[in-house]
Amino acid sequence: MLAFILRRLGVMALTALALTFVVFFMTNLPPSLDKLAKSEASFRMSDEDVASWLDANGFSRPLIVRYGEWLGVAPGWTHQAEDGTLTGRCYAAVPRGEEPPRFCGVVQGFWGQSTVFKQPVSEVLARSLGLTGWLMFWVMAVMVPTSLVLGVLSGMREGSRLDRTLSTFSITSTATPEYVSGVILIVLLGSATAGLSPLLAEWGWIEGRTLFQGTATSAMDDITFWNFGLPVLTIALYGIGYIARMTRASMTEVMTQQYIRTARLKGVSFPMIILRHALRNALIAPFTVIMLQFPWLLNGVVIVETLFNYKGFGWTLVQAAGNNDIQLLLGCSVIAVLVVLVTQLISDIGYVFLNPRIRLG
Amino acid sequence: MTELSWPLILFHMALRLWPVWAGLVLTFALSLRYRRRLGLYGRLFDSPVGMIGLAIVLFWVFSALFADLIITHDPLSQISGMKNALPGTPVAGAAEGAYPHYLLGGDNLARDVFSRMIVGAREVLAIAPAATVIAFMVGITLGLPAGYVGGRLDTGLSFLANLVLAFPVILLFYLLVTPDIITTGIPMALAGVLFLFPVIFVSILLNSRYFTTPGKRNLYVGVALALGLWAWSGLAFNADPLGFWGMTPNMLNVFVSVVFVNAPTVFRIVRGLVMDLKARDYVAAAQTRGEGAWYIMLWEVLPNARGPLIVDFCLRIGYTTILLGTLGFFGLGVAPESPNWGSTINEGRRLLAIYPHAALVPAIALMSLVLGLNLLADALREESLRD
Repeated sequence: MLAFILRRLGVMALTALALTFVVFFMTNLPPSLDKLAKSEASFRMSDEDVASWLDANGFSRPLIVRYGEWLGVAPGWTHQAEDGTLTGRCYAAVPRGEEPPRFCGVVQGFWGQSTVFKQPVSEVLARSLGLTGWLMFWVMAVMVPTSLVLGVLSGMREGSRLDRTLSTFSITSTATPEYVSGVILIVLLGSATAGLSPLLAEWGWIEGRTLFQGTATSAMDDITFWNFGLPVLTIALYGIGYIARMTRASMTEVMTQQYIRTARLKGVSFPMIILRHALRNALIAPFTVIMLQFPWLLNGVVIVETLFNYKGFGWTLVQAAGNNDIQLLLGCSVIAVLVVLVTQLISDIGYVFLNPRIRLG
Repeated sequence: MTELSWPLILFHMALRLWPVWAGLVLTFALSLRYRRRLGLYGRLFDSPVGMIGLAIVLFWVFSALFADLIITHDPLSQISGMKNALPGTPVAGAAEGAYPHYLLGGDNLARDVFSRMIVGAREVLAIAPAATVIAFMVGITLGLPAGYVGGRLDTGLSFLANLVLAFPVILLFYLLVTPDIITTGIPMALAGVLFLFPVIFVSILLNSRYFTTPGKRNLYVGVALALGLWAWSGLAFNADPLGFWGMTPNMLNVFVSVVFVNAPTVFRIVRGLVMDLKARDYVAAAQTRGEGAWYIMLWEVLPNARGPLIVDFCLRIGYTTILLGTLGFFGLGVAPESPNWGSTINEGRRLLAIYPHAALVPAIALMSLVLGLNLLADALREESLRD
């Protein structure tokens, strides 16, 4: 077991290195650097000015060296201007006047400065991840129980009318990407002129003018059912269908097993069979699926945060990519890649723990 | 001219879509007539789910094909006074002979939503199936040897595939599909690699089949190579001497990134299937007969793996449609005026609370196409399991 985890960790580290290097390469392409120079210094720079600005800011050295600096395994660059003032990568990491450290990279906890937000990348990321954490928490709290219940209900009697209805719902929900369901839900539940809200308001069932709010900006300070319901529902809906279908497949398989038949012949009641015998074995496969769903949730988060204007991780990523904020985009990529890899690892290890039939040497 | 009510709007739309209905009726009549001779496709008509799925998919295919006959107005032209017009609004000062209504209303730039929806179908269906085919060719060409040979080759290829899969899709799109990146030539290089796989696939396929009769083999492989490399030079490098094959840089960029995202998943599926199938007796028999490795992979194993692959193919076209919509939603790799569903949803969402129709129409269109493909895949899965 330990050897298995260690090997997985090794592959994970290698993958993370390769991926961050690819991102580093893609964000440091000459056109992006050109744009960066022009937006940081002056838009009317000549090509020579751009070259000298890049040189003065440490962008002119080989890519692999810069990657090493960013990672914190190569010493940071220093540059002596003509008037003798020293500038360098690590000077920004400490208060003015202090002697900078030799290494300053991601490993040392120095993630660079965001050009869009004019703040250290680590601060921007910490704030946005906190907000996205709340979103993820509520999505999970809605998505996991709902999808498991739906999957178990439709899988326990295959081919029944209940199964057909629930399966149709699951297929529809997997066919509806977040940007579609978000739009439909806003019109249906969050609009003061269309959908259900005007009706409900007229009947006096809801206090405000709409059942839900169409934006989640106010949820950044205070989460309520009213302002957070739609974004959570939008992300959860897409995942519910998929997890429910996986749970159903696993449940139908379990229901054909010998021990279920034995329990039936013993005269155990149907609800007891489901709860005591079937559920435990049927929930192993969905666990992996739920874990592997995280990378896809990341996609949903980006779309939903843009759609509902909730300034979390996804919104930050879009801002960074749209405004050529190289350091912030790199930071976002590291987080995203880590989330994917860690969830993969957890799903592998968890699968082994949950399923005693698998032994890895 | 008066405003149309909803029943009348639906009636006029149905009238306008007559080529689609004609095509649907014809296809269904012919398929139902000959369904016993049509194999897996014919058996789709035994299941209601399959027929519904197929009907939805064909609806959009015919809409895309006959778009020029169906659209009521030019999807890009703006008519003054029609800004955010509600569905069924008569066109202000319509010229003689022009269509008198905006059936599904106007968007915030006073363009016809109905026509844009129909042309949007063409945009999606021009890329999604073709990109899925290329992704399958790449996945199959790499997945077969990885699963069959195993060992180092498998480890290396699987690591690469997992690398791409560990990339969050949205981040990959933001890095790959930007106007800047076209100048660096990365999309072209990627296209050069990815588009080479179909040529390799077809050549190996023919070569392993006609290996024993060199005359035939030379002819077939020669023709395949000539045609393939001709298309390859045109599509990947825009260097077709005759100017027949070609793609705009923007479209190439979108196409390549969609293939790039899909290919590793196909690779994993094919690899898994091959690892399962290579222990079968007919493979051992072929090995004893002295068949070549590629012959066994392509002509013994692959046909037996077709069931799950066909199902995944349908699902993957739907997934690609979603990806294309995502790209459009973030405005990546699309022309600003493009009637693409994703970007139309994004434009329409700003006025969603007041004028929902501009965003709702493409949203429902996209959802119905993906739903049709999913239903189709579901029915195909059930029918292929029935053997």
